[in-house]
Amino acid sequence: MTAIATTAEFKENAHEALHDARLQRALVHARNFTGRRAAAAARLPEFEALRDSARAIKDHTLAHLDLYLEAYERKVVEAGGHVHYAQDATEALKIILDLCRARGAKSVTKGKSMISEEIGLNEALEAAGIEAVETDLGEYIIQLRGESPSHIIAPAIHVTKEDVVEDFRRVHRQLPPDRDLSQPEQILAEARGILRQKFRAADVGITGANFLVVETGTSIIVTNEGNGDLTQILPKTHIVVASLEKIVPTLEDTAQILRVLARSATGQDASVYTTLSTGPARPGDPDGPDAYHVVILDNGRSNMLGGEFQDMLRCIRCGACMNHCPVYHAVGGHAYGWVYPGPMGAVLTPSLIGVAEAGQLPNASTFCGRCEAVCPVRIPLPNMMRHWREREFERRLSPAPLRYGLGFWRFFAKRPALYRLATDLFSRAMGLAGRSKGRFSRAPFASGWTKYRDLAAPEGATFQSQWRARSGAVK
Amino acid sequence: MTDAAASPGQVPAPSPSKPPRVGLFVTCLVDIIRPTVGFAAVKLLEGAGCKVVVPSQTCCGQPAYNAGDRETAKTLAAQAIDAFTDCDYVVAPSGSCGGMLATHYPDLFKSEPEMAAKAEAFAAKTHELMSFLVDVLGVEKVAAQYNGVVTYHDSCAGLRELGVKAQPRKLLNSVEGLKLVESEESETCCGFGGLFAVKYGELSDAIVQRKCADIGSANADTVLAGDLGCLMNMAGKLQREGSLVKARHVAEILAGMSDAPAIGEPRKDGAR
Repeated sequence: MTAIATTAEFKENAHEALHDARLQRALVHARNFTGRRAAAAARLPEFEALRDSARAIKDHTLAHLDLYLEAYERKVVEAGGHVHYAQDATEALKIILDLCRARGAKSVTKGKSMISEEIGLNEALEAAGIEAVETDLGEYIIQLRGESPSHIIAPAIHVTKEDVVEDFRRVHRQLPPDRDLSQPEQILAEARGILRQKFRAADVGITGANFLVVETGTSIIVTNEGNGDLTQILPKTHIVVASLEKIVPTLEDTAQILRVLARSATGQDASVYTTLSTGPARPGDPDGPDAYHVVILDNGRSNMLGGEFQDMLRCIRCGACMNHCPVYHAVGGHAYGWVYPGPMGAVLTPSLIGVAEAGQLPNASTFCGRCEAVCPVRIPLPNMMRHWREREFERRLSPAPLRYGLGFWRFFAKRPALYRLATDLFSRAMGLAGRSKGRFSRAPFASGWTKYRDLAAPEGATFQSQWRARSGAVK
Repeated sequence: MTDAAASPGQVPAPSPSKPPRVGLFVTCLVDIIRPTVGFAAVKLLEGAGCKVVVPSQTCCGQPAYNAGDRETAKTLAAQAIDAFTDCDYVVAPSGSCGGMLATHYPDLFKSEPEMAAKAEAFAAKTHELMSFLVDVLGVEKVAAQYNGVVTYHDSCAGLRELGVKAQPRKLLNSVEGLKLVESEESETCCGFGGLFAVKYGELSDAIVQRKCADIGSANADTVLAGDLGCLMNMAGKLQREGSLVKARHVAEILAGMSDAPAIGEPRKDGAR
């Protein structure tokens, strides 16, 4: 039941994205995060120290995850809630659907949750005859469009304002067709009006979690719209669905990570809402659900513990890596073909759905390293993409031309004397061939290059050959 | 790693009596495509009082390493480490190859203590050219002239693995007649990425198009960088687009060797 992947068609997806003029216009906004994050980091002298601290907290937690999970469960139960463990998407969906059915739910509101995308929750709810309503504005928009998020914190970043107006007119048929939607405020007001009715009608509210706090059994979400609060307070049942690495030992730890989260994500000092929920409503509480459930999803993550991809489990889903990625900037999130785009997706996706399926993603990187440079928990993303390439190479999954090309090159590179001779002959010949122009606009041996750009011709004899001629052989 | 510059390692200054023996790791691309960069590096190093040697060499192994072929990368790494045994320093006119030698070699041998120690020692004496001149040798200025406006592209590995950012700018600012202007996105990748440029040609092209637009908006006559791979990518795209902006390795300007044709441009006697 896991979300359907088109990661194997990354190259085709990227081709389409590059030729989608509307998408290209929308993607300009993804680049704006870069300056905001830099400014936010510069405003806080201890930002770098906080990154170290956030990394240490996550590493410590992962090293003792079993103990912390048990302790967290005890606290949730003490607060009157329930914890359910789901090995995979199918189990998670069954637990959630059973809880909804037990409540006789007809309508479910949802806060933004990437885990719910991972398990394909909306489709499962609809198939069971339960209306699922996304309440984050971006998520609501893409739900209307029948799409998946193209960014983990800005799900509709690929959509333009004009697209939204079109979608609202198409779907909100109950409103006067000649209404004015020319201003962003008018669009927002319309979404707010529609969503208010959905909030009131919902039987169950489902949210994700940014943190599951062991100390208190609390789940925490950060939002900018407050939709999460209405999702979890108004319905009778609140279900939290989160993956197991969201565990954090204490509220103090959480506060430290929160200080790098929004700054890394949007450049805000803090998100507008940081919402804590601990169990169902207590006697005397003015509001809140009467049932509180946490569904903790594994879906392949425990296999990453203790291995070369464990560091990926530090990820706090800020999106900074994709906000700074030249590849993401060029093609957007959908081209990656599964739930998680950008550099974090290029590492996580093969871990969760297999490298045979998702092998292109860790290959589609220039290794520019900017993702690692901005990651708040210092995940060595390029190194881990390289690990995936190693796994691919070992299993002979890399494309044949690459393997043969490397083999040919390796033969010479391992034999310095032969290499010097061969490269010198090559350089002289190509230098002669390219002498008049200084470059090639077509080269049969490098058509992948010359299809898009000219190729500089060698100057002539190699450096090593000229050096030897000048100074006599050194060795 | 930080987005800007890391602090360089502390290396003892060379003693005035005996010039440091510097092994030039020339890099495949400079060796094959543009020896001028190699000679510019030699000139700068000798000008700063070094004894330059060029041991027989092939490739640092990065193409194999980044393609997932770890065994070949290790073989080539061991070969390079051996070749430069008798050098006090190893210097590469490239942040990408320099980063491979100085940060990834130790990683390659992590599980083999004997080789790991050798790789660590090798890494400790290895530097990217600009960083070596400024951070290790303490070079403050160069005796070169260039009449023109240049912009500098921060190649990714040099910037993020080796902290090369201020050093080339410092030296460029000492070149007589040269005006250095910054482009808005000098720290953004050019889309080269080694084999990436061929494996994902269309994507690489989209990235270098944006790079060229950024270079164009800087209104410079020449774009400089410290890596020939990035430079060939940018030069090739600028030329394909019919731009008049030229591309050169920063060492060429600093060594006063701007008489050589720019990257991908014909020799003056080349029309024969």
